[in-house]
Amino acid sequence: MQLRKVPDALIRISVVIAALIVAAVTTRFFLLPASLTDRDYHKKSTIEREISRRLEFAGSDVCLDCHDQGIEIRRGFHSTVSCETCHGPAQGHVDDLATKPSAPRERRFCSVCHTYDPSRPTGFPQINPVAHNPMKPCISCHDPHDPEPPETPRECRGCHAEIARTMSVSHHVLLECTTCHTAGEGHRISPRAERATKPLQREFCGKCHDEGQEGFETLKVDMGTHGGRYLCWQCHYPHLPEG
Amino acid sequence: MLRRTLLRKLLTLVPAAGAFGSLIGRIAGEGLPEEYVPEEHLYGMGIQVDRCIGCARCTQACKAENEVPEEPFYVRTWVERYTIDLDNKATVRTIGDVPVGTAEPVPERERLRSFFVPKLCNQCANPPCVQVCPVEATFSTADGVILVDEERCLGCGYCIQACPYGARYLHPQTHTADKCTFCYHRVVRGLLPACVEVCPTQARVFGDLKSRSSPLIRLRRMHKTNVLKASLNTEPKVFYTDLDGEVR
Repeated sequence: MQLRKVPDALIRISVVIAALIVAAVTTRFFLLPASLTDRDYHKKSTIEREISRRLEFAGSDVCLDCHDQGIEIRRGFHSTVSCETCHGPAQGHVDDLATKPSAPRERRFCSVCHTYDPSRPTGFPQINPVAHNPMKPCISCHDPHDPEPPETPRECRGCHAEIARTMSVSHHVLLECTTCHTAGEGHRISPRAERATKPLQREFCGKCHDEGQEGFETLKVDMGTHGGRYLCWQCHYPHLPEG
Repeated sequence: MLRRTLLRKLLTLVPAAGAFGSLIGRIAGEGLPEEYVPEEHLYGMGIQVDRCIGCARCTQACKAENEVPEEPFYVRTWVERYTIDLDNKATVRTIGDVPVGTAEPVPERERLRSFFVPKLCNQCANPPCVQVCPVEATFSTADGVILVDEERCLGCGYCIQACPYGARYLHPQTHTADKCTFCYHRVVRGLLPACVEVCPTQARVFGDLKSRSSPLIRLRRMHKTNVLKASLNTEPKVFYTDLDGEVR
């Protein structure tokens, strides 16, 4: 039974290997601190690094701690705009009062938000900076903390210039706004609280465009069959009907 | 060297390693503001598409707050202009830092509708970027924010490829992946992310999904919301209201 006799060298090398394995396991699971082997350590240090980043924006609440008149100042349409939207990041000012936040006074600052852009939501106040009091700083007429127009516009095109321009090249150019819309005094002061009216009857457009009507050389349709139950302006854009 | 000497020297290293390790452990435990328990929060954002005016003040504020490079190419949050033409084809342009009224790419006669969509990291509950990272440098925190360990990140760019929303970029200075963190350093202090703070029309709403009274919960109660690319099952935590079907 030669196989039963394990060579001496094999026993020795086995002992060494076993010792190495024990050493490795002990080191990995008992000696090395969890912070070196644990994945959570890397996560913790990352979270710590993120949290220790410098603040740039202080937040409106911090501004109002000192500038408590700010609550009084910010009214109307800009009452929900954060101080730092216009005045820029102000944590530097909180840390050192000598550092003053910016106070933009140029036209191009206001026009970032208020230039007419077709992608902007309907009802958001927009102007054409080329046509609207060119070269004049916005703040000479509008208080940025309470931006109501200095005098409520008399003409519709004061606010609805884009529609007025569109209409000027359409067949409806000679129509007054008031032919189709009624805008109360309230609409001039708070345009979104009181809306201007739109024609709610098909017969309104039919006064000029129904086949039976005489006197106007307009495009005529049979109101009885054309358009079904839709109001005319639900398909045709009245400010540019040929568009 | 004698075997005995070697063993003795090795043995002296053991307590040294232990002391070193405990030091590291102590440093790692600090940093969070007191009484802040990450497990009690789950952050999310709401975006009201119909309120976005495309001013890109969010992009600018984010760059100021988070040391994002000035070039328009590098952004953690950005605003896209979607224009749908008469053939129902969507044209998407990321607007620059200072948009002007003339940037509309489709002539008016061919335009069906157009609008702005703010974009940022969706902080997915099931994030593809975390799955693909070969070194586990990016991970989700207990309060639901995906962070990048810039010391561990190799800059291989797998996560940038994997993100279905294009929310990551390779930072030109650190050469590591960088992304929106919901301004993690701000939100753990109870502040709003910089983009939400400066948004002039409240198109962005930030809140805690685990709180009953957060503005985000209210937004989700009052509006029908949607997420981007819901079919991918990434389970985003950025919720859009008035979301057009063409938005990807």
